[in-house]
Amino acid sequence: MAVPYTTSEHDVIVIGAGGAGLRAAIEAARQGSATALICKSLLGKAHTVMAEGGVAAAMGTVDLHDNWQVHFRDTMRGGKFLNNFKMAELHAREAPERVRELEAWGAVFDRTADGRILQRNFGGHRFPRLAHVGDRTGLELIRTLQDRAVHSGIDIFMEMTVIGLTKDGDRVSGCVAYDRKTGEFQAFKARAVVLATGGIGKSFRINSNSWEYTGDGHAMAYRAGADLIDMEFVQFHPTGMVWPPSVAGILVTEGVRGEGGVLKNNQGERFMFGYIAEMFRAETADTEAEANRWLVEQQAAVRPDPATAARRPPDLLPRDEVARAIDAEVKAGRGSPHGGVFLDIASRRTPEEIRRALPSMYLQFKELAGVDITREPMEIGPTCHYIMGGVRVDADTGMSTVPGLFAAGEVAGGMHGANRLGGNSLSDLLVFGRRAGLGAAGFARSSGAVGQDTAQIAGFIGEAIAPLDRVSGPSPYEIASQLSASMEKNVGIIRQADELEAGLARIAELKEVYRSVRVSGGRDFNPGWNLAIDLHNMLTVSEAIARGAIMREESRGAHTRRDFPGTDTRKWAQVNVTIRVDEGGAMTATPTPLPQMTPELAKLLEG
Amino acid sequence: MAEVRFKVWRGDAGSGNFVDYDVPVTEGWVVLDAIHWIQANLQNDLAVRWNCKAGKCGSCSAEINGKPRLMCMSRIEDFVIDGTIMVQPMATFPPVKDLVTDVSWNYTVNQRIPPLAPRPPEADGTWRMQQYDVDRVQEFRQCIECFLCQDVCHVLRDHQTWAFGGPRFMVRTASLEMHPLDTENRLSLLKDAREGLGLGYCNITKCCTEVCPEGIHITDNAIIPLKERVVGEYFDPLATGLKNLLGWKREPRT
Repeated sequence: MAVPYTTSEHDVIVIGAGGAGLRAAIEAARQGSATALICKSLLGKAHTVMAEGGVAAAMGTVDLHDNWQVHFRDTMRGGKFLNNFKMAELHAREAPERVRELEAWGAVFDRTADGRILQRNFGGHRFPRLAHVGDRTGLELIRTLQDRAVHSGIDIFMEMTVIGLTKDGDRVSGCVAYDRKTGEFQAFKARAVVLATGGIGKSFRINSNSWEYTGDGHAMAYRAGADLIDMEFVQFHPTGMVWPPSVAGILVTEGVRGEGGVLKNNQGERFMFGYIAEMFRAETADTEAEANRWLVEQQAAVRPDPATAARRPPDLLPRDEVARAIDAEVKAGRGSPHGGVFLDIASRRTPEEIRRALPSMYLQFKELAGVDITREPMEIGPTCHYIMGGVRVDADTGMSTVPGLFAAGEVAGGMHGANRLGGNSLSDLLVFGRRAGLGAAGFARSSGAVGQDTAQIAGFIGEAIAPLDRVSGPSPYEIASQLSASMEKNVGIIRQADELEAGLARIAELKEVYRSVRVSGGRDFNPGWNLAIDLHNMLTVSEAIARGAIMREESRGAHTRRDFPGTDTRKWAQVNVTIRVDEGGAMTATPTPLPQMTPELAKLLEG
Repeated sequence: MAEVRFKVWRGDAGSGNFVDYDVPVTEGWVVLDAIHWIQANLQNDLAVRWNCKAGKCGSCSAEINGKPRLMCMSRIEDFVIDGTIMVQPMATFPPVKDLVTDVSWNYTVNQRIPPLAPRPPEADGTWRMQQYDVDRVQEFRQCIECFLCQDVCHVLRDHQTWAFGGPRFMVRTASLEMHPLDTENRLSLLKDAREGLGLGYCNITKCCTEVCPEGIHITDNAIIPLKERVVGEYFDPLATGLKNLLGWKREPRT
């Protein structure tokens, strides 16, 4: 018996209502496209809301020496030069305008003494560059965009999960979704689709992500024939909570270190001085005295002269460097009682300053761990936070290798290379959300009518309801927890060939088990059924990550191989690993060349 | 910690009742952890909303032992009474399923509030605002839209008077009215008790302030100043007399 569904038609469909999705939808609507926005949660609850530290934009309000060229340089160095240079350039150039636009739409950033937007220090950024609102910048960003979007004439579909992209020949023709509240299906026909579905963190046991982060966009794009790149680069944020166990992984903002917080091991040593990579040696303080002088200079009313200024403390190295250092300290037996290290702001700033600059960190530790961060150090450790890899897109328009299919934000690959700098995500959402909205609206305008194939729609629906029809089988919770445990163990921060192969074999087993997954209850607001559907995507992206990690036989950025500890500039500096589905439906990994940078931009990377 | 008996409301728009689940509770657990444990181990279709599990998104609102709370920020040991905790959905909104309620009305109220209309920027295309000028607006903008204030508000909860926008949207309106850049006037919207926000329905019992997980001083800092503005505009006899005398025009009522 065929399951009924409703239909609708738009020019542009945006999937996901975090920063990128909202910004894309606002832009598409502004271009005159009939636009629909579909999101898994209620509006304003997407993962962007959890971003804390700030949005990176070289506005130079705190230090006049900052400009887009330095931001570009920092981004490329942070990404270990694997970034799509064109995206990094557009991002650095356009981020300031996107931030000012938010202010015009009602965002209220913290201010400098002369009334401009205040910017804070963050890992890997040479100057104070993060516009912020205390430690709840993501909330400010999402609420501002949400309130803009509801006055933009967009059709908003809350609490709907998209289960597949339909195609008309080579081009995308829309998507199929179900309403989480009722379980009813809907086919959305559209000339262009923007994926803004965020990341994949739920594939790893300890993560900072919400239930939504199951790699839906990555997996659906892959199945629709799009290229994924750089999937081996998964960022482990160095500072997640480690205790109590039920909150392990919850993010502790890098802003703590930006405001002067320091990392210590159980000997009370500031161990980061022992982990300064050659690449960052010239611009990083190598003594505690210099690092302390840096903090004093940052708090002074007058900016330090760059010629004589103290260099940045190693606690503010890019995230990949810091996460590896913490992992090494813990493994060497110098960790904290609950398997992390200590992050100390209490001895560095006054309680008033801490509560003012980091209000939600204060509350989070007080309520959840019973720790007063104005008096005691926090215990922190690495947590799976972000994927640099994603859908290969055109830098200008955000279009994938499938005509009419666009991607922006975390689901898109290329912008961040091998490692993302903190603060570059919120700016990425704004810059490339807008560009994908423009690109999709332009494509919708210039392309002909599209047809949606009913057989494809029925296929997706049939697959989705199968777990409800089975009388016995494993629970989706069981499979998900086995998958995330294996990914953490075999495809985690430090990797090697035999473990990666074991991880891949485990994924293959779990894919087999998944074929008989079973859930009880009906289709109305059934979290078990919802997870069973999301699990398909989790398995797909996990496989892509493992295959990418096996292929890249070097260590670079967030991808660290114990068996290939060096960065291989000869073989791997100029290639992305591309993940693609072959004609038989199997996943393939192929090295493909990076776009070549212009000499003018290459010059910016020197020094 | 030992086993805790969770009495969880299960049902839908039609009917429902409390179902008991015995949950082996681990140190540090919050109520949402127990709900997730029940989902993963006993009832995979137990409906609950959540996202961040860190008090930042405002999704997991419910009533724990009758108190409006975020489940992710409620430590189990703080709520156990005789080995038992009662969890039910917010009572003000129609049930959808189990702990999930239909909060869509809130989104329709928000849509009625005119957005920021900023004054022209300065010559360099940007604005200057002092921190002390944005402090109070930033307090309102901390709102995570958990709707617990709406849940506890007796105008909505007991009287089901939907002509009142509720505390959340008084805070939202205040964040715009007190925004240093804003040029829009929302006072007639606030006063209008038919198609506006019906500010007059609030009689300042401060229950909303008590349940706000963000500690926003909803009554003192948002609602009372708005009431003063509306009174100043529409009900001040001296000002009205002067206006009539001097021929000042009151803004047209919509």
